[in-house]
Amino acid sequence: MSDTLAGHVKFDNVGLRYGTDPEVLSNLSFTLYPGSFYFLTGASGAGKTSLLKMLYLAQAPSRGAIRMFGQDLVTMPRSRLPELRRRLGVVFQNFRLVPYLTAFDNVALPLRLAGTEEKKVQRAVGDMLEWVGLAHRAHAVPPSLSGGEQQRVAIARAVIARPKMLIADEPTGNVDPDMALKLLRLFEALNNRVGTTVVVATHDVHLLKKVPDSLIMRLHKGQLSDPTGALRYPPQPSKAPGGSSAS
Amino acid sequence: MSTLPPLPAEAEAGEPAPERPRGRAAARLLPPARLTGPIPWVIAILIALVVIAAAGGLALRNLSSAASAGLSSALSVQVIEPNPDLRATRSAAAVRVLTALPKVTAVRAVPEAELTAMLEPWLGEGASSGDVPIPALIDVELAASAGPAEVARIAAALKQQVPGARVDAQGDFLRPVNDALAALQWLALGLVALVALATAAAVWLAAKNAFAGARDTVEIMHLLGASQRQIVAVFLRDVLREAVPGALLGAGLGVAAVWLLGQQFAALGSGMVSGGGLMLADWLVIGAVPLAGVLLAGLTARITIALALRDML
Repeated sequence: MSDTLAGHVKFDNVGLRYGTDPEVLSNLSFTLYPGSFYFLTGASGAGKTSLLKMLYLAQAPSRGAIRMFGQDLVTMPRSRLPELRRRLGVVFQNFRLVPYLTAFDNVALPLRLAGTEEKKVQRAVGDMLEWVGLAHRAHAVPPSLSGGEQQRVAIARAVIARPKMLIADEPTGNVDPDMALKLLRLFEALNNRVGTTVVVATHDVHLLKKVPDSLIMRLHKGQLSDPTGALRYPPQPSKAPGGSSAS
Repeated sequence: MSTLPPLPAEAEAGEPAPERPRGRAAARLLPPARLTGPIPWVIAILIALVVIAAAGGLALRNLSSAASAGLSSALSVQVIEPNPDLRATRSAAAVRVLTALPKVTAVRAVPEAELTAMLEPWLGEGASSGDVPIPALIDVELAASAGPAEVARIAAALKQQVPGARVDAQGDFLRPVNDALAALQWLALGLVALVALATAAAVWLAAKNAFAGARDTVEIMHLLGASQRQIVAVFLRDVLREAVPGALLGAGLGVAAVWLLGQQFAALGSGMVSGGGLMLADWLVIGAVPLAGVLLAGLTARITIALALRDML
């Protein structure tokens, strides 16, 4: 089955509990299709971050099965996880920039870990910082950057290696509405031009209207609802990788 | 901010990642190591102690070997007979018997004048007056391969053919000294093992602390796709940057202490002590101590970090 039809990610009856506590996520079954744009919504404490952690391979499920890029995460050897992680781009809720590395070196991390030639890293990171409007702050370390600047560095780091799937946890939480919109347009550009699947967790309902073709996953008390029906059916062909922009 | 910049070719092509980040890239992944922490100094002290203990053990081994080599292949035969004529006859017979035996390389009857001169400091004029009967003495040298069995065979042959002959293996006199030296060598070896263990423990603690301090960074690297081997390699680089200067400093201090002690013992001018000098091979062993220390530090750090990473997904 092709990746497009099978989906990038398939959760089958997945549950998650921490220690012996009750499950924070229960009976999650859904498929994320390549080239789609998903919003994950829900009140604080609904389990958005826990679900994202499983998506960006920081957390194993307590039960159920997860397939990602054709691999069964439950049975695959741990040594293959880095290979999968390199296909993901993650914007963490609190950015998780390395504090003693400059903005440039933070953005360069995924490329350096992937073994990209340093000359190419220099050029790609320079272009990327230009793209997010931070070329003049390339040598600043995160503590000296504003919240919005840190967020843009985090986003640049997440997209520098052109991930197959971009996962962003409240990426607009710390920026003003104008910057929030700009960041959203950036995700859309990645989604439309490169065909990257985008998953954005947010509790800002106004944001959902900004991306008309987006699909919505709603979490409530650890259970997933599917108001757009997108999790059950493959998306429209126009949203498949390489398809034209819908916005 | 609307047009994506061009892709770096490798990232796009999905080339397999290298086992360890390259050069400056690796250096940039963790905070630069500084020599302000205690680890280089702890390693320096421990390596200095290992060098001193190892040098002591090797010197004791040389001392013991030198003493044994000189004496284990030599025998003294005394012919105890108060009648001077009979003593001379029996002494000559003993020389004949000894000369005919295998593994006896040299036989020398010590002249009476030499014996008298040797005993005069203790017996005074009585040594030469003839009032005190002095046994005849024969020095015997054996082949290097001769062991206690040969000594026993010689004693038996003399007992049969020369009444009053008594065999003294010179090595017997030094056996308690050799035993003491052997015990000291074991002690030195034990010290080396204990200090090596302490070095491993110090590095283990340092690596654990370094890992705890950089856990956030490691998690970020992990989530960005760094393999366990990449992370271990970066940490290893960090640990080695602390261990290598510490080991070199410790080796320098240890060698200086050994050299000074050597000078002190050499000044004693004792024949036995001079046999405990260090040979070229010994210095090579001592030179390998800092290298072994660095390897031990690297191995300990590698295991510690690999175990800590097992807790992460």
